[in-house]
Amino acid sequence: MSFPWANEYKPSHPFMQWMDEKLPLPRFVYNAIGAGYPVPRNLNYWWNFGILALVCLTLQIVTGIVLAMHYAANAGVAFDSVEHIMRDVNWGWLMRYAHANGASAFFVVIYIHIFRGFFYGSYKAPREMVWLLGVVIFLLMMATAFMGYVLPWGQMSFWGAKVITGLFGAIPLVGEPIQQWLLGGFAPDNAALNRFFSLHYLLPFVIIGVVVLHIWALHIPGSSNPTGVEVKTESDTVPFHPYFIVKDGWAVGAFLFLYCAVLFFAPNMLGHPDNYIPANPMSTPAHIVPEWYFWPFYAILRAFTFDFFFIPAKLMGVLAMFGSILIWFFLPWLDKSPVRSGHYRPTFRKFFWFGLIPTMLVLFYCGGAPAEEPYVMFSQIASLYYFAHFLIILPIVSSIERPDPLPFSITEAVLGHDDKAALGTTA
Amino acid sequence: MIRILSLLVGLFFTAALAWSFGNGAVNFAREGKPATVESAFHEHPKALHLASDGPFGKFDKQQLQRGFQVYKEVCAACHSLRLVAFRDLKAIGYNDDEVKAIAAGFNVPGLDPNTGEANTRPGLATDYFPMPFANDIAARAANNNAVPPDLSLMTKARHNGAAYVYSLLTGYQDQPAELLKTFPDAKTPQGLHYNPYFANLNLAMAPPLTADGQVTYGDGTKATKDQMAKDVAAFLVWTAEPKLDKRNQTGWPVLGFLLFATILGYLSYRTIWAEKKKH
Ligand code: HEC
Ligand code: HEM
Repeated sequence: MSFPWANEYKPSHPFMQWMDEKLPLPRFVYNAIGAGYPVPRNLNYWWNFGILALVCLTLQIVTGIVLAMHYAANAGVAFDSVEHIMRDVNWGWLMRYAHANGASAFFVVIYIHIFRGFFYGSYKAPREMVWLLGVVIFLLMMATAFMGYVLPWGQMSFWGAKVITGLFGAIPLVGEPIQQWLLGGFAPDNAALNRFFSLHYLLPFVIIGVVVLHIWALHIPGSSNPTGVEVKTESDTVPFHPYFIVKDGWAVGAFLFLYCAVLFFAPNMLGHPDNYIPANPMSTPAHIVPEWYFWPFYAILRAFTFDFFFIPAKLMGVLAMFGSILIWFFLPWLDKSPVRSGHYRPTFRKFFWFGLIPTMLVLFYCGGAPAEEPYVMFSQIASLYYFAHFLIILPIVSSIERPDPLPFSITEAVLGHDDKAALGTTA
Repeated sequence: MIRILSLLVGLFFTAALAWSFGNGAVNFAREGKPATVESAFHEHPKALHLASDGPFGKFDKQQLQRGFQVYKEVCAACHSLRLVAFRDLKAIGYNDDEVKAIAAGFNVPGLDPNTGEANTRPGLATDYFPMPFANDIAARAANNNAVPPDLSLMTKARHNGAAYVYSLLTGYQDQPAELLKTFPDAKTPQGLHYNPYFANLNLAMAPPLTADGQVTYGDGTKATKDQMAKDVAAFLVWTAEPKLDKRNQTGWPVLGFLLFATILGYLSYRTIWAEKKKH
């Protein structure tokens, strides 16, 4: 993308001029994250999380590659090879804890990034493609994280793999053959472990590819902003470099600080103790729970406890669990309000803060709790609201709501006046 | 069109959930939550404070050596420590000769160099702690049909690891009379032992620490049952996380650097944006 007032790349050094003719990579970087990319001046800190996600992705790939140099994907020795990394490999404990907690950090960041989108209507035109690619990334992340958790071959690895692949078993007729095909056997074993490792190494690179598309698609209209009013004039934007380089830079510092505090001082806080017990197909853990970042969806899965007409409860749960994410794909067309930002949508905002956010918190909590009452009833109410929110409330609210008046421009929102825009200048 | 479809899909899911909720709520109202003996009598681990706790934690090597002694003289009869090698003991303050002597005190599987037949030989520093039983069947046979689990990772493999081990070892007691009154079927089975800290209240391990002075500490510490339980719990924190000291020591400089870098970054941010905030 470019606004007409974007700075142009002018290489001064002869080598850079030569380079610019042969392979304009520096120009590309300049226009993507340099002074050549104008960004709305009013972005708040919620807009830092995209870059933070990139930092997490890089961290996961670097630590993951080092771990793979020492890990052995064989059901007989996988558990011990991880302990070998923890005990004998130089700084192996650091790599492993960095990778395990890095996955959690990645999901914290991504959940904030996604909910930023929900609140500010970032998914709306002209950024639908950015959003759709984002949902694809999220699905890929979930698959990657799930398979990664199987690799240490502890009790939760094994039983998690069994339960999750078992979900496919709920599909009528073809379910069981599909499950066996996925696992390469009747239960998770060496075949499953090997293919999970192979895919766990592959998918992050697929994610890189989709992230490139995601950012490419973003740079066509440019970033949205907290007012949701599109950029009008040059005074609405600042060049990415130096303004957002420094803002993202200090945010990355703060993020790494929090991440390292957990990594060094509470590295097992987010893990489950059972995964320090080697996988044992003969002994089922008392409570099989996935990693925390899957809890909301796990709660939805388990909320269906009674057959619905001719549909078995388990199948309903599986449909709902996958459906709960797939409906995000339709969001740009379900929410028809022309106003993007929740700041100017009084009704939407109430449903967001008092409906969606508490619902997600309840789902998070119940997904990690045992499948007992009263947690099951809580997750049923929360799941009910979850589907109602996206599929019923949003479409209705967006057609009957009367939005608050919008500022004339970003500049006006920031400074209280916008002389240039008021004169009718458009470019 | 898409919104009509979404409405229908939305109604479908919400109706199915309402159905599940309604049925569940009716059952719950009718039957309530069944009280189980575990929910009524299971106890949360007692508090245990160790030198290795917290971000400033550091192993107390003296205590680890005492704990190791308890492991060697008591627990090793039944429990393996298969992820720990004798050479690792240097980290808790033993010198090379002591490590060799400790290793030689254990018999590990070996081969007769002349015939190639399996036999046992005294351990070397590079060996790992041996299995006390030939296999799981032998272990079960000797332990009322339960296999004593490996202890290397025990304090990371249970909630509240060290406190749990300490509580379990000191928690054996007679079954409370009210328990039998409320749950007459829950009598501890023959050969198991009542312990409110164990998940299902009855475990196959006979109380291993039975008398004060069961081991004799070289450093003069009085070997009460409570002390031995604490020491072996501390030792098992080390076996599960031998790099804990190094982790804590590395953490502070890393955080210090990040804090410094973040403050610098923040100040640059303030400087660069200063004039943009105004016009
Ligand atoms: C006589 C053999 C024996 C001795 C000696 C012994 N244990 Fe055990 N231990 C067992 C058995 C058997 C189990 C399995 C109990 C069960 O699952 O019911 C067990 C289980 C355990 C558990 C796991 C409990 C759980 O949550 O699953 C811990 C921790 C433990 N022992 C610690 C120790 C320590 C520490 C010592 C030394 C002070 C020790 N044991 C000495 C036989 C023994
Ligand atoms: C690997 C994971 C991801 C990376 C590295 C990533 C990266 C980025 C970056 C760098 C930006 C621009 C900065 C910003 O606006 O925060 C961005 C914007 C955006 N992302 Fe992501 N993203 C990821 C996943 C997702 C997911 C899972 C979604 C949604 C399901 C999503 C939705 C969006 C949207 C809608 C925008 C535009 C926001 C706006 O301009 O208002 N992203 N992303």
